[in-house]
Amino acid sequence: MSSTAEINYENYAVVMKDIVKQFPKVLANDRVNLSAKKGEIHAIIGENGAGKSTLMNQLYGLYRQTSGDIYINGQKKDFSGPGDAIKVGIGMVHQHFMLVNNLTVAENIVLGCEPLKDIRFDIKKARKQVKELSEKYGLIVDVDAVIEDLPVGTQQRVEIIKTLYRGAEILILDEPTAVLTPQETQELFVIMKKLKNDGKTILFISHKLNEVMTISDNITVMRQGKVTGRVAKDMTDERQLANMMVGREVVLSIEKPEKTPGETVVKVSGLWVKDNRKLDAVEGLSFEIKKGEVLGIAGVAGNGQTELVEALTGLRKIEKGQYNYKGHDFSRKDVAELRGAKITHIPEDRHKYAMIKEYPNYYNLILGRHLEMPFSRRGFLRKKDIVENADSMIERFDVRPTDSNNPSGNLSGGNQQKLVLAREIGANPDFIVIDQPTRGLDVGAIEYVHKEIINLRQKDVAILLVSMELEEVLTLSDRIIVMYEGRAMGEFKPSELSIEEIGLMMAGKTLEQITQPQNPGGDKK
Amino acid sequence: MTIQSKKRAIKILVPVLSVIIALLIGAIVILAIGKNPIVAYKEMFIGAFGSKMSWASNITKMTSLLLTGLAVAFGFRAGVFNIGAEGQMAVGGMAAAVVGINMGQTPMIIAVPVTILCSIMAGAVWASIAGILKAKTGAHEVITTIMLNWIAYHIGNYLVVGPLAVGDGVPKSPEIAKSAQLPPLLTVQASTLPSGIIIAVAAAIIIYIILEKTTAGYELKAVGFNPYAAEYGGISISKNIILTMAISGGLAGLAGAMEVMCVHLRIFGSFTSGRGFDGITIALIGQNSPIGSIFSAFLISSLRTGSTNMQFAGIPDDLVGLIQGIIIFLVAAERIIKTLIIKLFRVKGGENA
Repeated sequence: MSSTAEINYENYAVVMKDIVKQFPKVLANDRVNLSAKKGEIHAIIGENGAGKSTLMNQLYGLYRQTSGDIYINGQKKDFSGPGDAIKVGIGMVHQHFMLVNNLTVAENIVLGCEPLKDIRFDIKKARKQVKELSEKYGLIVDVDAVIEDLPVGTQQRVEIIKTLYRGAEILILDEPTAVLTPQETQELFVIMKKLKNDGKTILFISHKLNEVMTISDNITVMRQGKVTGRVAKDMTDERQLANMMVGREVVLSIEKPEKTPGETVVKVSGLWVKDNRKLDAVEGLSFEIKKGEVLGIAGVAGNGQTELVEALTGLRKIEKGQYNYKGHDFSRKDVAELRGAKITHIPEDRHKYAMIKEYPNYYNLILGRHLEMPFSRRGFLRKKDIVENADSMIERFDVRPTDSNNPSGNLSGGNQQKLVLAREIGANPDFIVIDQPTRGLDVGAIEYVHKEIINLRQKDVAILLVSMELEEVLTLSDRIIVMYEGRAMGEFKPSELSIEEIGLMMAGKTLEQITQPQNPGGDKK
Repeated sequence: MTIQSKKRAIKILVPVLSVIIALLIGAIVILAIGKNPIVAYKEMFIGAFGSKMSWASNITKMTSLLLTGLAVAFGFRAGVFNIGAEGQMAVGGMAAAVVGINMGQTPMIIAVPVTILCSIMAGAVWASIAGILKAKTGAHEVITTIMLNWIAYHIGNYLVVGPLAVGDGVPKSPEIAKSAQLPPLLTVQASTLPSGIIIAVAAAIIIYIILEKTTAGYELKAVGFNPYAAEYGGISISKNIILTMAISGGLAGLAGAMEVMCVHLRIFGSFTSGRGFDGITIALIGQNSPIGSIFSAFLISSLRTGSTNMQFAGIPDDLVGLIQGIIIFLVAAERIIKTLIIKLFRVKGGENA
């Protein structure tokens, strides 16, 4: 796509040229070009599933590219495994740490290349080496601490020291801040700067614009497997980056009939929810959804959307706040009670949550409704009714292949999503929470899903739509809330703001800050 | 359709091929110690099936093996590794003994079901302790059930030297009342064909029905396959873990009852003789299917019954342990067999084309 001018490979620590990575069903990298100068911090940004990690895994030798070349310090390299990458000085800190929990810091760091005295492990030498390394870069750790006793931020430091111990000159940090608290993030940035000053090259993967703007020298933006831009930090701003990340391609416009929303079905006020690490993920969110209305939640992934969805569907505890449904308090209800009250859910990760791969389609089509008539009676499943239901759902939602006895794990992604839609829409909900409904689907399937959502709206269902695809939210929603770090940056109608303005909100600006740019401090009411 | 029937075929082929390969490797070992494998296996076959007496002894072994196998298999289906069938069986047996001894003049029609029910309850409660601990605190069932095994073992020892002790010699309890004993189907000299086998096979069929035909089975298999999706579907994970443990323990308890009511008519120290652990073997070979467990229990009981006779041909009965070990290895590492099957099919396909 982008025709990079002839570059002198000698000056670059890493050049990845025309990298294509084809997985059985997904084209994860489509002629990707990446070049990072020696001693720079190069950020690679993009939404989840944009192909950032896949690209880095090829650089680290975990995957082999389908085509394209990799040059390290001007030399063409062909990695057959991480061992080869480590040899030429590449180190990678994965999002999920690769540490042995019950060994000490020093033991973990030298693991695989332990210093020896004769044939015995020389722990004294190992401790000394690790201490020297950690002091040199200000990576303060207690070398004798056991990993499982350490906080996540410190474990990450151990991972960084580990790569340095193996002689890494090029460090790949795969979403290092995703697991960190804001303070730990600041500490990490200090360390990254020290490493840079020492001449190390750092590839920093992130989807948080503010972090990228803080720390990086150059930025490569990816979207859906392609590079959509390569810019110097000083030549860009968050607005431009947000644009490149979210994309502006024309989505098949869908006919959305005029509709006056009915009475309020869902009323959420001051909602607080924690994430898996017990940190606040949703911080005092409030909104209403009326009958026949689509409320869209836009935002970069990881800003509390998942936790919000889980809280509304009973999968996650609501810490504080009101969750009112049809006039009743639903904040303490469990999944079965919510489903019984005609609240259904199309989850973000359909493989993990929405289906049991081993079950045949007819069983998956009753998940969550298996205790209802006619699917079961007095504790016994009624297979005839279950299969009849499946056959009619499969026909109505055009699932292929049509065999209701086929294990759902054998279906393609698009058909799995149709199966989930069939079940969750087929249950005739009054409120439906839809999270990332078109992720990983092809154009045809996306159009289909969008039509179904509009149909639900016509049937007076209250709809909460969460999507990382801004276009999708803009097309389908009646009102939109942008979430950033667990808070609402503002609420507006799709026609009221430009994509640039929404992009700024996604990067943490509030609606007031955008609409009154001449007065950024904002006069408080 | 074709994919599913193929999968089913592989599910059956894996254990069958594993048995054949294990017997072949066993034959090599027999050759290596200078004996004739054909003679050895013939003796084994006669020992397992050659007479009414061998059938009686074979089926006696199979009864409790099938029940503990079911216990473990059922747990596996819900993603719970019940390694405590041994302890649950012991507790079930103790309950059967305590209740059975006190049945006195109660008519059999009441005494037998009451004794059986009490032992099922005892096993279920015992296993539920581990289930509740897992559901509420996340304590791993492998650890807790092993701990419970030891507690059960020592309670059993205490009962037969303390409150229930009777007679001289080996510490043992008194015999249970006549009315609480399950009459044999057949008596051959000193051996009997226990009616317990009917109960065990019935249990297998009931478990099959629970797993395949009921909402309870739907829920607990869902928990076993994908707990996230189960939770998303409104299925309580903790409830199902506790329920699974209770049913699993109940089956192991029933195994203990059968040993007491059909075979020993009393308890003594470690009367369970490792049958609870054998359940893991049965479940593995039976591919965690209740019907499959019937076959695998019969296989293991036949191997063991036959091994005595094989010793007369000068072959140590350790060979059975060896064969059993190889079967488990091959079933557990099913990839080996699957690859073998696929290769075989490919070769055939190539010839046809």
